Amino acid sequence: MELFGDPAQWLPFTFAALMGVSILVYVVLDGFDLGVGVLFPFASDDEKDMMVASIGPFWDANETWLVLAIGLLLVAFPSAHGTILTALYLPVAIMLIGLILRGVAFEFRVKAPTPHKATWNWLFFAGSLMTSLAQGFMLGKYVMGLESTLGTWVFAMITAVFLTVAYSFIGACWLILKTEYTLQSKAVDWAKGGIWGLVLGLGAVSLATPLVSTRIFDKWFTFPEIILLAPMPILSGLLVWLLWRSLQRLPNATDAGARTPFLYAIALFVLAFGGLAYSFYPYVVPEKLTIYEAASAPESLFIILVGTVFVLPMIAGYTALAYTIFKGKAAELRYD
Amino acid sequence: MDTLMLSRIQFGANISFHILFPTITIALGWVLLFFKLRFNATGDGKWMEAYRFWVKVFALSFAMGVVSGITMSFQFGTNWPGFMETVGNIAGPLLAYEVLTAFFLEAVFLGIMLFGFSRVPSWLHTTATFLVAFGTTMSAFWIIVLNSWMHTPQGYEMRDGVAFATDWMAIIFNPSMPYRFTHMLLASGLTVAFLVAGFSAFRWLLGDRSDGVRVTLKTGVYLGALLIPLQILMGDLHGLNTLEHQPQKVAAMEGNWETGPNVPLLLFALPDEEARENRFEVGIPNGASLILKHKAEGVVPGLNDFVTEDGEVSHPPVAPVFWSFRIMVGTGFAMLFLSWSAAFLMLRKGRGPDGLPKLMTLAMVPMAFSGWVATLAGWYTTEIGRQPWLVQGVMTTEMAVADVPAPFVAITLTTYLAIYALLLAAYVGVLFYLARKAAHGDVPRRRTPQSGEAITRTVPAE
Repeated sequence: MELFGDPAQWLPFTFAALMGVSILVYVVLDGFDLGVGVLFPFASDDEKDMMVASIGPFWDANETWLVLAIGLLLVAFPSAHGTILTALYLPVAIMLIGLILRGVAFEFRVKAPTPHKATWNWLFFAGSLMTSLAQGFMLGKYVMGLESTLGTWVFAMITAVFLTVAYSFIGACWLILKTEYTLQSKAVDWAKGGIWGLVLGLGAVSLATPLVSTRIFDKWFTFPEIILLAPMPILSGLLVWLLWRSLQRLPNATDAGARTPFLYAIALFVLAFGGLAYSFYPYVVPEKLTIYEAASAPESLFIILVGTVFVLPMIAGYTALAYTIFKGKAAELRYD
Repeated sequence: MDTLMLSRIQFGANISFHILFPTITIALGWVLLFFKLRFNATGDGKWMEAYRFWVKVFALSFAMGVVSGITMSFQFGTNWPGFMETVGNIAGPLLAYEVLTAFFLEAVFLGIMLFGFSRVPSWLHTTATFLVAFGTTMSAFWIIVLNSWMHTPQGYEMRDGVAFATDWMAIIFNPSMPYRFTHMLLASGLTVAFLVAGFSAFRWLLGDRSDGVRVTLKTGVYLGALLIPLQILMGDLHGLNTLEHQPQKVAAMEGNWETGPNVPLLLFALPDEEARENRFEVGIPNGASLILKHKAEGVVPGLNDFVTEDGEVSHPPVAPVFWSFRIMVGTGFAMLFLSWSAAFLMLRKGRGPDGLPKLMTLAMVPMAFSGWVATLAGWYTTEIGRQPWLVQGVMTTEMAVADVPAPFVAITLTTYLAIYALLLAAYVGVLFYLARKAAHGDVPRRRTPQSGEAITRTVPAE
């Protein structure tokens, strides 16, 4: 263990990085399938079936990244876990209820008697919406340092809406990639309609974060950081412009560039997340508790790390296998 | 009610709802693998028919298990932060290994298992089925390791009120783990045996005489008949293990107040904790002594040993443990009676399900959920029997609870209860609906499709 220097330093950092990656993977993966759920009311009944078919084989594994992320918070930073989750008690409960409703609706909507299908479709939408809003709300509260004032509440309500729009946007990009004909054209329109939410959301969080904390302000706006970090906002702007252009070219007869918006959207999510991670490091509870203070015993972290090093490549491998097996345009889901 | 009581009810409700579904998926995964392997070996479509019906139940149960499981993992933080703060160094790695070795495996291969039959070669579909079954079992393993450790902790030391791991092998193979794990796997096997038998019997009563329903009815009954004696034996061994490590729990299960020999096996009693005695006792003389110590004058621990001189009670509440234990054992014996008599009749006449009297098939329908009753009653026995401890001898339940306003917990509890009630009704309703649909021959395609055929059907994406 002494091989890499003091384990009380590098282990918390490694676990913060692992947790960060899990959250990012979760936000991208469950982001698109939550987004598909949020877009449900705009689709016809047949289109709804196709939309679910496009995420059916994946959603469960996507959601597992949330379990891993919360698991890592729980195991690596137990005291932060308690502080954050008790501060977010009600939004967490709303998210969980949303996840329950949409998770079971996947199954019930096709297995329950046909007259009930509309109800389960509605619950699928409602659950996806609740989950997205609650996650956006939690993001806002977290950015505001988990403080409970009217101002933070208002800000959190705004991020709730923006994150939901961002999820629907990446969901629409996924649908452009996975579907054809009318549904694909609709998805292009949804993506064009949702891009503003993404831009405003990015802007709001980027502006608010340094204003809440002088520490974060100094991290961004002192020399030479301001020069070194300049590529981040510039790249984000460039990506938004590229996204807009790629959407203008869709749909087309050869389906050329159908995967481009989804890839650009992922890149934007990664950039935004990287910015947030940079702002908050080394804190796990904003301005209160650093990852080094909150970390579990090095022995326990080491045991988990050993397993992670072996297992994570395997997870990546069979996840890739699943996406390969179900690649291409979505087809009707059948058990045979 | 205060935050502690509300949080306990909320976690109890959540975990009770959750366990219903893993109890089904753990063993149903293996039963599905059995169907698939029989199909591979015989090529007989009835096995695939059985697979296709029960894989739907699996998918539905799995989704219910996943969503209620996520809720639980968050409740550790929202309601019980003290738990991870005190024993996080031990519970953390065990939970992490569950996510890493089980959750991803199940979740990823489930997609292939459910929707991949015509997209992948048959061997890969069989492998996916195996990996899902293996994943559910691994998940059970890790969570039972943690749960057993909470009952019989070892391999740790306390420093400044926080537990640190000293010996991981001792933690994983703690004294009660092998008993609990086997007991739970057998419980899952029995739950699925009676579920499969019950719904096949329901289809049979509706006039379904297809080969698919015959084969599942037989599978359910024989599996139940095979597992129930093993479970009774295992339960006995588990009880002896508990006697060694948690005598106060056994005292509550037996409703025995004073330590002493010749303790009767109580069939009925109303334990009264105020008066510290039982009312309306009906028992078999020396029964408890015989079961626990294998001799009539064997000494059985009593509850009064767990009350300090200043009156502080450190044994669990007696009535719930006493009664849930009796419900579990009673259900077990009903399972024994039904599965053995049904197996006997099917074998003696050599006519399989045709040899069963109507009354017996009728009795199988309500028994479809007997596994749920026994499993819940068993968990209540062991978990309420752990109180007032959260981790035996290390921390009490009260020490772990969050400082959340009681009205918040009351709101979430009420919401969860309402949702669980509705989902449970929907789940049971859909199971009967699927069975009715299958019984009326409303299977979309009767022919057996070929593995991998969709590969030639769909145009490659690129």
